[in-house]
Amino acid sequence: MQIDGYKKNYKMYSYSKVIKDQVILKPTKKNNSLNKLRKNISNLLDELTIKDGSVISFHHHMRNGDYVLNMVMEEIAKRNVKDLTLFASSIFPCHEPLVKLIKEGVVTQIYSAYISGPVAEAISQGLMKKPVVMHTHGGRPRIIESSEIKIDVAFIAAPSCDYRGNINGSLGKNACGAIGYAVTDAWFAKNTVAITDNFVISVDKPHIEGKYIDYIIKVDSIGEASKIVSGTTKITRNPIGLKIARLAAEVIKYSGYFKNGFSFQTGAGGISLAVAHYLKEIMKEENVKGSFASGGITGYLVDMLKEGLFERLYDVQCFDLDAVQSIRENEAHIPISASKYANINDDCIVNDLDYVILGATEIDLDFNVNVTTSSTGEIMGGSGGHSDTAYGSKVTIIVSQLFNARIPVIKEHVICKTTPGETVDVLVTERGIAINPRRRDLIERFRQTNLPIMTIQELKKISDNLVGIPEEVEFTNKIVGIVEYRDGTIIDLLYKRG
Amino acid sequence: MDIIKPSKAGTYESNDIYIMLFPGYEENLIELESVVYDCFGYQIKKVIKDVLKENNINHVLVKAIDKGALDYTIRARMITAIKRGVSNE
Repeated sequence: MQIDGYKKNYKMYSYSKVIKDQVILKPTKKNNSLNKLRKNISNLLDELTIKDGSVISFHHHMRNGDYVLNMVMEEIAKRNVKDLTLFASSIFPCHEPLVKLIKEGVVTQIYSAYISGPVAEAISQGLMKKPVVMHTHGGRPRIIESSEIKIDVAFIAAPSCDYRGNINGSLGKNACGAIGYAVTDAWFAKNTVAITDNFVISVDKPHIEGKYIDYIIKVDSIGEASKIVSGTTKITRNPIGLKIARLAAEVIKYSGYFKNGFSFQTGAGGISLAVAHYLKEIMKEENVKGSFASGGITGYLVDMLKEGLFERLYDVQCFDLDAVQSIRENEAHIPISASKYANINDDCIVNDLDYVILGATEIDLDFNVNVTTSSTGEIMGGSGGHSDTAYGSKVTIIVSQLFNARIPVIKEHVICKTTPGETVDVLVTERGIAINPRRRDLIERFRQTNLPIMTIQELKKISDNLVGIPEEVEFTNKIVGIVEYRDGTIIDLLYKRG
Repeated sequence: MDIIKPSKAGTYESNDIYIMLFPGYEENLIELESVVYDCFGYQIKKVIKDVLKENNINHVLVKAIDKGALDYTIRARMITAIKRGVSNE
């Protein structure tokens, strides 16, 4: 079946055949011009002339405080350009002005790893001409390097930039820390533009080297750094959430990989952070020290680094301002590119992970996880690094309430398969822990503990008895999105609601 | 049993339901708003109807604002609202 507006030679996902690309571009760019500064975006667009059908890229480290995407797209839209592909690592509620451009046909396709807010709603309603492609954080650099997508212009929000184009994300009034998702864009885009509100004489330790930057534009503000704080970045106070976190920390303790030098990643959700909190206690009690923690980094992991519980932090994006400060000041807090983080063709960090703690909107009896849509099928997120880390880490732990506000987490089938069950090992809920039957080693190990282990079928039964079976949501056959696994195969399709 | 005055029970908190009963209707009517309407709207209405029937109530408008309550919560809020509506105190 040919999907309109999508690559013709696509393959369907198969766990036994995860594909590595044979041909990968190497960065060769060397722009040493000393005349990169342009007056403003409008001026630059006179020089660049963006044509119909161009691919424009952005990165999302300013998160929901980003100004750059909107200010650039507003200028582009004035020039009567149509049919653009937006290659934006994530899209947040602050990007609401895009909805108008989608309706007008200025933007007709989006590639992204995570989309929430009004743009997600517009896509779910079927307003886009071509289906959105939801890749993973590691899939993004893969797509660029394998030249599946050729970026015409990459716009990089630069918290600090010198006249050669050297960029550091940790300095400036709108410092956002690591800028890992912008690196591969800068290397391979035909034109790379740094947009900065902190133009300085010299940047000593660039996260992106000046030779990859073609143009520089000074603006008043690239965003609001206070809004880079991602959603919930506080430990949950909900006793159910705390119980789940405590159980998940115990799972780590008894899993067999908890020893000196272990590695760990957790998200910024309330329960995930609480896992870090309980893990910290266990590490102190047992006198175990880890090698590294990775991912989007929060203040909780920064504290663990400071206390010597981890040797290093590998950071692709900072989730809060404590992390931004730490990456600026602490040598052991290391910025990495999205490729180094999770690209299947790279020697990536996720492959060295022992544990990852992840959330789920839905999980099914085969342990497939949905974090892309709501339980009624509207887009409200995306993989981000979910399926990358699940693939790489030795033990993938999903933490979730068994149900919340009557919405059960365990379903017969997930609406969208974001992360395949083959890569998910443990589900921890407040009423019990289920282990993927593929992990006989873990089942055997936990049998000797007091942890409340049961099958996922048993957990589902408890849940069904309390909340009932939800009515099935109906969909039309209009494809609004393509969910790509980290190797670029299609793992699922998203349809418009009926 | 007859509801003789408007009554209410419950809260707008997550996992709860807010029930209001209004007397003086030809037959029982249910107006439901729910955060889980797509998945559980039918089931929530069924529980409300069941409780009305069990208490032999036939002439009320039930306005319900649901925040994901489970069946036993819906049942409890309904019973409380009915008791408040039939009492003269």
